[in-house]
Order: sequence, then structure tokens, then C-alpha cells
Amino acid sequence: MATDIRTTASTTGGTTTRTPASAPTSTPAGTPTRSPADSAPLSSTTRDGLGASPRRPDGTLKVTGAFAYSSDMWLEDMLWGTTLRSPHPHARIRGIDTTAALRLPGVYAVLTHEDVPGEKRYGLEFTDQPVLAYDKVRYKGEAVAIIAADHPETGRRAAERIVVDYEVLPPVSDVTAAAFDADSPLVHEAGSLPVHEEYNQSGNVVRHQPIRTGAFAEGADIEELRARADVVVSGEYEVGMQDQAFLGPESGMAVPAEDGGVDLYIATQWLHVDQRQIAPCLGLPADKVRLTLAGVGGAFGAREDLSMQIHACMLALRTGKPVKFVYNREESFYGHVHRHPAKMAYEHGAMSDGTLVYATAQVVLDGGAYASATPAVVGVASSLGLGPYEIPNARMDAYGVYTTNPPCGAMRGFGAVQACFGYESQMDRLAEELGMHPVDLRVKNAMSQGSHIITGQEIDSPLPMAEMLLRAKDTAQPVARRDLADPADVRTLPGGTANTSHGEGVVRGVGYGVGLKNLCYSEGFDDYSTARVRLEVIGGEPSVLVHTAAAEVGQGLVTVKGQIAREELGVERVTIHPSDTRVGSSGSSSASRQSYMTGGAVQRACQAVRSQVFALARARSLVAAGRPDGDLALVGGKVVSELDGALAELGDLLGDEAVEATEEFHHRPTEPLDPTRGQGDSHTQFGMCVHRAVVDVDVELGLVKVVEMTAVQDVGRILHPQQLIGQIEGATTQGIGLALMEEIQVKDSVIRNPSFTDYLIPTILDTPPMRIDVLERPDPAAPYGLRGAGEPATLSSTPAVVAAIRDATGRALTHAPVRPEDIVGIVVPD
Amino acid sequence: MDFLSPSTWEEALAVKSAHPDAVPIMGGTDVMVELNFDKHRPPALIDLTRVPELTRWAPEGDGVLMGAGLSYTRIIGELAGHAPALAQASRSVASPQIRNRGSVGGNLGGASPSGEAHPPLLATDAVIELASVRGTRRVPAREFYLGLRHTARAEDELIAAVLLPRPAGPQYFAKIGTRNAMVIAVASFAIALDAATRTVGTGVGSCAPTPIRAVEAEEFIAGELDWDGGSPLAPGAVTRFGELVASVARPIDDVRGSADYRKHALSVMARRTLAWAVTDHRKGIEQCA
Repeated sequence: MATDIRTTASTTGGTTTRTPASAPTSTPAGTPTRSPADSAPLSSTTRDGLGASPRRPDGTLKVTGAFAYSSDMWLEDMLWGTTLRSPHPHARIRGIDTTAALRLPGVYAVLTHEDVPGEKRYGLEFTDQPVLAYDKVRYKGEAVAIIAADHPETGRRAAERIVVDYEVLPPVSDVTAAAFDADSPLVHEAGSLPVHEEYNQSGNVVRHQPIRTGAFAEGADIEELRARADVVVSGEYEVGMQDQAFLGPESGMAVPAEDGGVDLYIATQWLHVDQRQIAPCLGLPADKVRLTLAGVGGAFGAREDLSMQIHACMLALRTGKPVKFVYNREESFYGHVHRHPAKMAYEHGAMSDGTLVYATAQVVLDGGAYASATPAVVGVASSLGLGPYEIPNARMDAYGVYTTNPPCGAMRGFGAVQACFGYESQMDRLAEELGMHPVDLRVKNAMSQGSHIITGQEIDSPLPMAEMLLRAKDTAQPVARRDLADPADVRTLPGGTANTSHGEGVVRGVGYGVGLKNLCYSEGFDDYSTARVRLEVIGGEPSVLVHTAAAEVGQGLVTVKGQIAREELGVERVTIHPSDTRVGSSGSSSASRQSYMTGGAVQRACQAVRSQVFALARARSLVAAGRPDGDLALVGGKVVSELDGALAELGDLLGDEAVEATEEFHHRPTEPLDPTRGQGDSHTQFGMCVHRAVVDVDVELGLVKVVEMTAVQDVGRILHPQQLIGQIEGATTQGIGLALMEEIQVKDSVIRNPSFTDYLIPTILDTPPMRIDVLERPDPAAPYGLRGAGEPATLSSTPAVVAAIRDATGRALTHAPVRPEDIVGIVVPD
Repeated sequence: MDFLSPSTWEEALAVKSAHPDAVPIMGGTDVMVELNFDKHRPPALIDLTRVPELTRWAPEGDGVLMGAGLSYTRIIGELAGHAPALAQASRSVASPQIRNRGSVGGNLGGASPSGEAHPPLLATDAVIELASVRGTRRVPAREFYLGLRHTARAEDELIAAVLLPRPAGPQYFAKIGTRNAMVIAVASFAIALDAATRTVGTGVGSCAPTPIRAVEAEEFIAGELDWDGGSPLAPGAVTRFGELVASVARPIDDVRGSADYRKHALSVMARRTLAWAVTDHRKGIEQCA
């Protein structure tokens, strides 16, 4: 690497020399990495292969505070970037005067939309978002000008001196009016947006996806279907705007290069999609915009969109100096997209034995000012919006809508999380109406392998849904409150140490939830990942270097890549190269896809390396004639034959030669949904989790303590047991947050709680003990039979918790998160 | 910005007198948040962490004189017997890290209506010691809170200490938050029974521009209590107490909760804490008998 960047370790204040990316990570040989409890039967004889739980290479650094996150990067001559943001959700820009800011000593550059060298807009799918606002601002917090200064405080003072002449416009805040009122003002002027015929765009609607099956496909109206059902339940539900709440705010550093290009060190989820959006805006070819992954402090979808990437590059290229941005927490709430809030209306009809006859749903997703991932969110919310149930007649309409609210996009489980709260709430209402146990109703209508979802796509791999539901139901109940050692211990009670109850008003409830999630990218996108694997002998020991562009965002791919290399190449010493754009794209660290996609690419690259090694052995006449590759293996640093035993030491065979292969892995093709009936095999793979929640509710105060969560998830094949548990615990907890407290409150398009003081996420006292039951039913289409595991538990956790609160209180509870007011029956003012 | 670091109390008072608009900083759990979010740009900070008196406590008369900079962690560990309601309130403050640094002086200086320390100080009739180069004076907590973030402290004064009267009966504190730890009060309540004077003290937080007392409720329930005999309170009296406490609240709707919920929650907390206190009181009488 040309640039030597120093990072400051925040805990010590001292400086160390380190690359800005998480330093090349290796698993030191000889480190005990597994406790006996972790050991699972292994197919591999190589230590720390698949199924083991080797320690994360960055784990110790992270828990000791020594890990260099993107915000820790430092260069002696760097400048600090500052962003001037719109104070209004909707306003016309009549002029921007930067003169006073430029006069401030210590200010090196002040740039506006006029200074954007290339394309003025970018976007993940729709190119609709200005690099810097021009003509109009469409949400409060939109970037209007950027400053490079010698100190962040200088930058802030300069921002105060920029005069922007705004003509304030009324906000377009009400998503329903924005979507369906013909006279609603348009957030984007007619003709200014890219055209996607297949998305049924109109007015403020970014995408409308209808789905019609059975009688609905033949034009039947709802009354005909109601007449066929013994019982009909309908309900309206809302999911609030959830924040990803990653702990490391947006940050990165752009360093100008001698070739006129720029090197960007950045915390992101997909280096190449950033590069693809940044380069045109800078007016540079892609090879002049080189990205290296910096230490990522969590993502959850919030780093799929660009934040300060183009801004830092523009300022670095303008000033000729490195420029670093670090958003603060409040700014971060304006700096990334959030989970789409949803307004949903459902109706289900069933026979008296519980068999579903039909279901209808309208799901309206507030996409805010720019499209971001909205079209894909609509694609998921529609195709999976009625859940994993056999429904012969389905009518679904999902809408993604522009408003002047904060932009919404990707967040763990997107589209499916919102809909799951709707359809699972409906299943509970139906069970109650029928006098059935909620699990029995779900089992009665459960999908399984061979079922078709409402898009007509067949589920062609195992889906043991009924079994999973029954396993959750049959799990032993947690200890009753009266049997606790101290039933009045406030730490076990709703309200906790705030001491609101010593048992008064506390009622226990139990609820269930199940969700179906698509894994990997969908709707015809030719998704792939690239891996470069190099095998060579270093210091007499065979060593593997794995190089991909995949973003390690905390999920543990960095560990899994090493496990796969060990598994495939029989070599213990594996080094993971920092992720950068010097190798082909790995796609996004999203959609639970990296173990599948980059895992698949590493597997393929390892297999190619292995074939080359075998060819080398054959060239040296070490392999008996007639022995196929299938008889050969790499085990313990040797080429071995099942029939002939050890043939060669890798050290002897390779000498000074390195064997290297770069391979792409593509998943099987998918199809777009047709725009009128929503039919098509749009998804790559399906994942499922079932939750049982047990809660104690203080019914007088409306406070909740989650007592226990049980999760049953099928992951196809366990790669790393410890990290898998971490994913399920984390997803479950994020779902508890959405059930109980996590909501960005927006009024008149303005965020009212942009801080961790008032945007609450669960603490450890809100996080219950969990029983996690993992099934391994392999998916034959996937590498190692695995299923992406990061998202499914995010879906089912929320409705299970809310169902448990309903069980305790008898309240309808149609809004997630449930507020204390909802439990005690006080109307929450707008 | 100047950073002033007096090492003695006298020096601190002189510095504050010379720079009345300088902001004192102790644990920084409130001040630094304001600075980091650019809410304030004070001309100077006065670092009080080197002044030893502020983190000491000692008996005074029947009670305890607690330095204004004593951390919540130490209040929980050292003063639970001397000031039960304040210790319970301290236990509900934020996280262990914040409790290690935050102190009652900061609560009093910022005077946010949601500060956990205020209701116990009101309920127990604590007294706040203010000091300046002009001298030292003592102001009852019940006269300290004048308006939204406005107190009896003069510009040149520092908050020196708090006199915590000896408990003469059970005390309780309860606080509503929408998660089970590390949360700002949506509403809070403290109660203190004083068997010696046969009075009841209350304090209400997050339900008005300042921390307040529910005086009518105090007088009502003091008259209803069987101080000597220990017979139980009539259920109607408990309900009435809750209503009277809620009636003093002038809460607002905000992101943390609605006004109606705050009033409702206050009445529930008032009833429950009263019941706990009366139960303790009756147990005390039984033990004496």
C-alpha cells in the first residue's frame, strides 16, 4: 500500500502504525480456538475448518478497544470534512453564498452542487439522489454544502457562515396522501426520474407491485371470497421507522493520488457498488477510484447507500490533501436510510377448521425523499407479504412511496419484517376467532417443501415449518414468577431497577411468530462474488491467502472465509487479505448472502487451486496413472490419495511457486415479478425462524420485561456455531427492539428523537435468556447446503413479543413498537 | 474556550466569581453531551474534579452532609441507609459508567425536570448548600427550583453540598422509562414518611417545568395514616392519594411519553410507593411492639 496511515487507538490516546483497514488478519497457529462445548462432528480433519468455532481474528482487538474503526484513521496533513445540511424537509434553494465561510482562516474548500465534477445524482438502483442538493431539498438533513477545514470546529463555524436562501415548501409527510391523492404535491418533479416501466410508477409511487392468485387472478371480487369463508378477520397495522443503530457512525478518509485519482478508506457494505456510484460523480474512470474497507462499526443495511463517500473524494481532489469525515450521532440519524415505516391492511378468510380460503393485503411503505432500496423492499414485502402459509386465493398490493420524510432503505430483513408483523398479527386474531391455539392454526396452514408462495415460486428445498412450530411450542416454559428465588427482585420485573413494581400488576403472556425470508438477491439480478486464493509456502509452512472485496461488518465472514480455505485446502495457516477493489466484486454484505456467495466463491477458488496442485503433482509424476482427481485430497499440508496414502508434502511440491486462482460464484438465476399479477421465481433461497416469546407485562403501567425467547431456525448447515448463535441472538434482540421501543418519531417530516437518549435500543436488562434450537436441513442448491442465517430471526421476533403482550393484556396492539400508552389504553397523540 | 482547573475550594469560588458565565464540570455526563452536540459554547469550563471536599460526605447533626460531587455509585454503596430514596434514585440513573462519574451536583446545576435526584431531595426536605466568595448559604430543596432549568443558585455561586436529613420513616423512589435500564425518566416519584413529625413528603419528576411536590396529597395522607396503631390505610385513601399526586402534574406530550400517560403513571407509582412505605411502617410498629 502506497499510503501509510496512522490510526489512534481511542482507549489509550497513543498512536500506532496500522493500515486503515482492519489490518491483514490471520488466525495465529497454536492458539486454542475451541472450547470442548463448541466441538461438533467435523467432516474435515483440518483444525478450525467448517463446523468449528475458531476465534475471530479481530475479536481480541475489538473487546480490548484496540481495533481501528473507520473513525480512528489519522494522517498528519489531513483535513476534516463538515457537511451543511438542510434545516427544512422541503424547500426550494434560491441561492447559496459561501463567501463568508471561505474567508474563515483554516477553511480550505467549500463546495456545493456546482462543484460536483461529474454526474449530479447517484443512487443504488434509481439515480435520483443529488450529491449535493440543487433546486430543492427533499428531507431535513439533506447535504447542501461540504467544507474541508483544519479542525472539525473550524468546519462547523464555517458551515454557520454559509447563507442558503430557501423558499420553504409544505412537507409531503402523509404517506397515504402522497401515494393515493391525485392532487398531492410531487416530491420529484414529473419527468425528472428514471423510468422503470416494470415498477408501475405514478405520481409519488416509486413502485407498486400487485400480486393476484387463484380466484383473484380470474377477477373475482372480495365479496365472492368472503362468502366462501366461515370466518373473516381484518385488521390495520403499523410498523414504525426503525433505525439500524450501528455503533460506529459514518466515517472514512479520502486520499488524493498522484495519478489524479483517489484512494478511499471507508466503512461500507459493498465496495464495488460504492465505486460504481462515486466514479461517475467525480468524472473519473472506475480504476481511478480505489476503495479499501476500513474498520466497520456495524451496518445492518445502513451502509448500503452512500453517505460521505463522494463528499470526501471531492474535497480531497479539490484540496490535494487527505480528508476525513466522521458524523456525530445526531448527524448519523440524517446520514443513513432507515427501515421503511409501513401502514398495512390485511384480511383473512378461513373455514371453521382453520383452513385458509383467501387473504388480501395492502402494504404502503414510506420510502422518504429518495428511492434507495425501496423497489427491492416492495419486491420482498409483496412476494412474502402473506407469509409462509398455503393460501389458494391471494390479493396483495405493495407500494413504495416518495415523501419528504427521512429516506428509507435497507435494514435487516427489509420488507419481510414489516409484513411479518401484519400477517402474524392476523394469524393470532384468526386463531382467537376460531378458538384454536395459535400454533395449531399455523401448523394447519404451514408451507413445506413443494409449496408455492403467492408468486407461484416453488419452495424446492426443505422447509420444516410445522416441525419448527411444534418444537417451539413444546419447549419447556421458563420458571414461573412465583418460583423465582426472589419474585420481587426488580431486575426480573418490568421497569427493572427503576423500581416501579414489586410484582403489582404483572401478568405473564406467551406469543408465537414465524417468518419467511428470501436470502441472497432477488428479481433477476445476476448476483455474484469473486474470490482470489493463493497457496504458497512461507517459512516452510504451506499458507493460504484469501482475497475478496467482501465487507466484514461484524457478521464474521472474515472467520468463515478462513474456515472454508482450511476445509478445502487442508492448510491450517490462512491469512485474510484486507478487502479492497483490487479484486472483483463480492457483492453486498446484505440479504444474509455472504456465506452463500463469497463462501461459494472462496470454495470455488480453493477448488481451482487444488486442481492446479493436483496437476503439479501429476506433472511431477507423483500420482499413479489412472487415479482421478476425485481420489486425491489436500490434508494436513499433504497431497494424499485415498488408495495410495500421502503422495507429497506441499512444501516440497510447491517450492517457491505460488498457486493462485480467482473465481466468480453466481447463484442460480432468478426472475423479475411480472407487473400485473406478480408471478415469477424471484427468489434464490428461503430462510425461516420460529419464535416463542414469554413476557411479563405490568398491565397498569404498560411496561414489559421479556422473560425468555425461544428461536427455532433452519440454517441448512452450521459453519461456525458460535457466530451463528450470535446472529440469532442479535436478530432476535433487534426484533425485540422493534416490538418494544425502537422508533424514529417523525412529525411533519422532522425527526424528533435523533439521539440514543431518545431513540432507545435494548440494553442487556431488556435482553432475555434465549433458547436457540438450530436445524440443519441442507439446501442442495447452496454451497455446503447452507442457508443465510443473519435475517430470519429479525422477522419473527417482533410479532412473537407483541403476541405475548396481547396474551397478557387482551389489547389489540396494532402498532410496533408497542408503547406503554397502548398497553394501558391511552391514545397516543400524533 | 478556557479550561480552568482550581485545586482548592477557595480557588474554585474565586474562579467562579471572576468568570460567572463559566460552566462547572465534574463528571461531565451532562455538560459534555451539551458541548459535543454543540448546544452550548460556554466561554470557559471550571474543572472541579480536583477539589477534594466535593467528593466527601460526613455526618452533620442527625443527617449527612454530602459533597455535591459524590458519584451516584458511591451514594448507592455508602449512603443507602442514610438516604434510601436518593440511593434508589441513584440506582436508576443511566449505566454503571455514568453512575461512576455523574453526581447530584450535576443534577442540581442542570436542573432538568427529569433529574433522578430531585424527587428524593424534595420528599426528604433536603437542603442545598451554595457558596461563593460572598459566603455560604443553605436553601431547602423545596425552595431551590424556580423555573424551567432555573434555580435559586446565583451566577457566581457553586453548589457545594447537600444536607440529607436522617430518615425518620420509610422512603421510596420509582421512575418510569420505556426500557428497563439506562433511560431518562418519563415520570418519577419519591415518597418519604416522617414518623417523628407525622408528615409525608413527596417529589415528582418529569411532570412539570420543574421538579415539584404534591403538597395537598402529602397533607391528605398524613392525616389518613394511623401513625401509632399501624392499621392499614383504607383503599379509598390510597386511590385518593394517587389522584392528588397526579393532579399537581402539568406534563407535556413529548417523544418520551404523552401527558395523559404521565399523569396515569404518576398516580400508579404514588399508590404503589405509598403502599410499600406503609407496609414498612406497620412492620416497624409490629417489631417495636
